[in-house]
Amino acid sequence: MDGFGVTFAFWVLTGVTLVAALGVLLSRNLLHAVLFLILTFVGMAGYFVLLSADFLGMAQVLIYVGAIAVLVLFAVLLTPRAGRDNGETRMFLPALLLCGTLLAVILFVITDTNWAVSEEPATVSAAGLGEALLSRWVLPFELASVLLTVALVGSIMLVRSREEEAEDPR
Amino acid sequence: MPAFLITNNWYDFRDLGNLSGKLLDLLDDALPFGVVYVIAALLGFVASFVIFVLPSQLFVGVYGERKLIGRIQSRYGPNRVGPFGLLQPIADAIKLMQKEALTPTSADRALMYLAPIVFVAPCVLLFAVIPFGPNMVFADIPVAIVYFLAVSSIPVLTTFMAGWSHNNKYSLFGAMRVVAMTISYELPLVLGMLGVVLFTATLGLQSTVLWQKEMDIWLVFLQPLAFAIFFLGASAELNRTPTDIAEAESEIVAGYLTEYSGMKWGLFYGMDIGYAIAAAAFGVTVFLGGWTFFGLEKWVPPWLIFIGKTYLFYFLFIWTRGTLPRLRIDQLMTFAWKFMLPIALLNLVIVATERMFWVEEKADDSIVYAFALINIIAAAAAIYGWSRALGYRPENTPQKARLVSEAGGFVPVDAHGEGSK
Amino acid sequence: MTPGLEHFLTVGAILFCLGLTIALSKRNAIGVLMGIEIMLNAVNLTLLSFARFGVGHGPVAGQAFVVFIITVAAAEAAVALALAVSVYRNRDTIDVDKLNLLRS
Repeated sequence: MDGFGVTFAFWVLTGVTLVAALGVLLSRNLLHAVLFLILTFVGMAGYFVLLSADFLGMAQVLIYVGAIAVLVLFAVLLTPRAGRDNGETRMFLPALLLCGTLLAVILFVITDTNWAVSEEPATVSAAGLGEALLSRWVLPFELASVLLTVALVGSIMLVRSREEEAEDPR
Repeated sequence: MPAFLITNNWYDFRDLGNLSGKLLDLLDDALPFGVVYVIAALLGFVASFVIFVLPSQLFVGVYGERKLIGRIQSRYGPNRVGPFGLLQPIADAIKLMQKEALTPTSADRALMYLAPIVFVAPCVLLFAVIPFGPNMVFADIPVAIVYFLAVSSIPVLTTFMAGWSHNNKYSLFGAMRVVAMTISYELPLVLGMLGVVLFTATLGLQSTVLWQKEMDIWLVFLQPLAFAIFFLGASAELNRTPTDIAEAESEIVAGYLTEYSGMKWGLFYGMDIGYAIAAAAFGVTVFLGGWTFFGLEKWVPPWLIFIGKTYLFYFLFIWTRGTLPRLRIDQLMTFAWKFMLPIALLNLVIVATERMFWVEEKADDSIVYAFALINIIAAAAAIYGWSRALGYRPENTPQKARLVSEAGGFVPVDAHGEGSK
Repeated sequence: MTPGLEHFLTVGAILFCLGLTIALSKRNAIGVLMGIEIMLNAVNLTLLSFARFGVGHGPVAGQAFVVFIITVAAAEAAVALALAVSVYRNRDTIDVDKLNLLRS
């Protein structure tokens, strides 16, 4: 982890990601907030590549930008009369205070702890990750696939309208 | 034949990557530290985009496509500007630049201006991982296939931005159609590519090409189902005519492009062609052996082979565009979920079985030819069988014109008590 | 300044707290969901930076964990958005302040 390029990329990514995340918080328009969210995801993928997890960086773009963001956009479009404003509830100030305190605590922990940093930063190839997922982590892997199936079936059942249910052959 | 091996000397024009590598080495010595990275990126951009993609867009994408579609439809196509109408794309570009760029009063201005610009960037990024020759690849990253799939899913969001920003219902319809269709076609596309990755056991594009070179077989023979899925899915995601429901002018004016004019529309139009060329280059690299041609690459420069193959692949897109009618949106959705997804899953099962057999039995590498035979038969059987199961009956298609009563239809009786003729 | 473990952890912490603020304070249910996605992303970043710099279980464990978190996030997004759409169908709003049928 050295070299001018990595440092430069880190600071640019930090700027982009934090500004985008602030944009999600501050923008009044829900659609703009979703687009800022997408920018946050892309910046996050950049961090993943910087941390030499290139497969996960690509998966981040593919899943978050290609699928989850599109789902969010879809949900925004499917709720047309709900208002497109992105306002806050009365709990904004308490939430801000709480999160500020939490941030202060975490930052204190980060700076105060003497982290055991390995001298030789390790890297994992996509093949190594796949190997690990299908040998050591195979049970959680299968559970994750079951979870995805359950989520798929569940969300289809949730959004079916009464007319569609009436059409179903019994 | 060592005499014909591609060398690493800079004067070996069969691989221009040597020349640019030499150039960058010299610059690295001459310039201060770090500048060479910027120059390398610029050089890659110029080499892949300005020299290859832009002329391809103009002369293959605009001129060639219009000319070929004209011939398919018994017209002449562009033939007025310059010899054979060759300067038509340049005249079009000048015309587009002169046009006024209109902005609706209630539009979301920032998004509307941003959308065409963001649309261009992923197209440039896509060409970074395409190998044009043994050394002619800008970024030979180990996860290039996932990179390509990931970056090519970004333009959908741009299309959505464009459609939403106009505050026009036809634009919003177009945007929603794009989003729905992309989510549907992304699934079989990724599953199809997974079959390819299982066979080659690599995610890199250059290593996929080298695998095909080593095995002496193209992946299109090993993975005919995946190739079909890639071609159909790519042409759906690219919004090309049999599947261009996002801008179907007979239904929703021009979809997400309704309010765009001038060069903003031109950027969308040009980059649509750019994405099609990128998809063609990706398909050639993964399925058609990339820059190899069974040994011919030792004599002919590999990048010429690659460009030729890319144009041939692009011709397939033009051909389907010229001959097939546009599908309805529900037909496209049904096709993705009921036809392509099960076929892709079946392909994955077949490939996984074959790969396991290959690895577990430690079979000889020449077994890929047996696999190719099996897979081609399986592909034909799967496509035919599954389409019959979904209700495709070619024998019921009438061979000659039949009367309504002859075909078993209902003949209404008019007021005079006579059957209508 | 060359970025080290602390830098990545700091970015992760800031993003997590921003996401928490969004999730706690937004009125629109989809806004709340966006906050949760940012929080999950921040956790991913922290895990990956530990996987890269830390000693202990090695890099594979951290990356495998991130894979699972991405999976869970995808499932969670699908179900939550389906919930939002179905609530919208019944109540014509997804404003979390107005979903107070159970209040006496």
